[in-house]
Amino acid sequence: MDGIKILYTFELPYLGQVVITETVRNSFIVVLLILALCLILTHKMEKIPRKMTQKAAEKLVLMTEKFVVSNMGSRWRAFTPYIMALFGSSIFGSLISLTSLRSVTADINVTLTWGVVTFIMIHFFSIRQKGVLGDLKGLLEPIPVLLPMNIISELATPVSMGFRHFGNALAGTIISTLIYQALAGLTTLLFGIGIPFLQVGVPAVLSLYFDLFSGVMQAFIFCLLTMIYISNATAEE
Amino acid sequence: MEMTSAIIKAASAIGAGLAMIAGIGPGIGEGYAAGKAVEAVSRQPEAKGDIISTMVMGCVIAETTGIYALVVAILLMFVNPFGA
Repeated sequence: MDGIKILYTFELPYLGQVVITETVRNSFIVVLLILALCLILTHKMEKIPRKMTQKAAEKLVLMTEKFVVSNMGSRWRAFTPYIMALFGSSIFGSLISLTSLRSVTADINVTLTWGVVTFIMIHFFSIRQKGVLGDLKGLLEPIPVLLPMNIISELATPVSMGFRHFGNALAGTIISTLIYQALAGLTTLLFGIGIPFLQVGVPAVLSLYFDLFSGVMQAFIFCLLTMIYISNATAEE
Repeated sequence: MEMTSAIIKAASAIGAGLAMIAGIGPGIGEGYAAGKAVEAVSRQPEAKGDIISTMVMGCVIAETTGIYALVVAILLMFVNPFGA
């Protein structure tokens, strides 16, 4: 397995060395894809939709809104854009591996960043509702002796979210690399020719699980966990 | 010196294999959750959607330890933290 390739490095004053890796490049491709999709879907919108693109856009927004409201309650309706952005970048970031680019989510920096954003949001909304003391008081529940345990479990939230997504995406990448190498070895072993024609078709079936299913599932789960953690932190007693 | 690095590599590979024993736990846990979900669906087919989303949620939580083991194994195999 190859690591993440470093494409370009340069020095910036005060910031030090800036490294442009494959992940950064692929993330920008994902951003441009999503931007293009948004522009195409919302091009020339009308009050009564007649075009398929606008109908599709409305359907997507309504589905996400239903997903958010069913998990967090209707007072969190304004949360829909964030969940949709997270879902979109996660799904496109995983599915970009279908085009033989390295998937964005197979980099711990990306998924751990999303985990940290969720962690900050949990505490932002918790503090906004209960105040700083109210948020800190949650660490002393149910009994004050459990304080160290509660601190560890709070800090484990972003780590576990980041590692879960990263582990799944990376495992898919590694398994497809291994399968390609094994099939190349098998062709030389069985037929003694240098053209690995067994690589045609066979990996596609496995890619259906490891790239499509696992990518969609992890994006869904990441959004679900984000919503559940935030609505738990701000639950009204 | 060559011997040392060979021993470190071999021990890392064995350690990676041992780490993946943790896969048993999530396997049992998720199988149990899926079995219970099948029971629940057969008892109340109209609640299928809710049951499936709850089951997926539980499976994901159960999977976390397995993913940790996987990350440890991957680190041992490909990152060589002990400097072989």
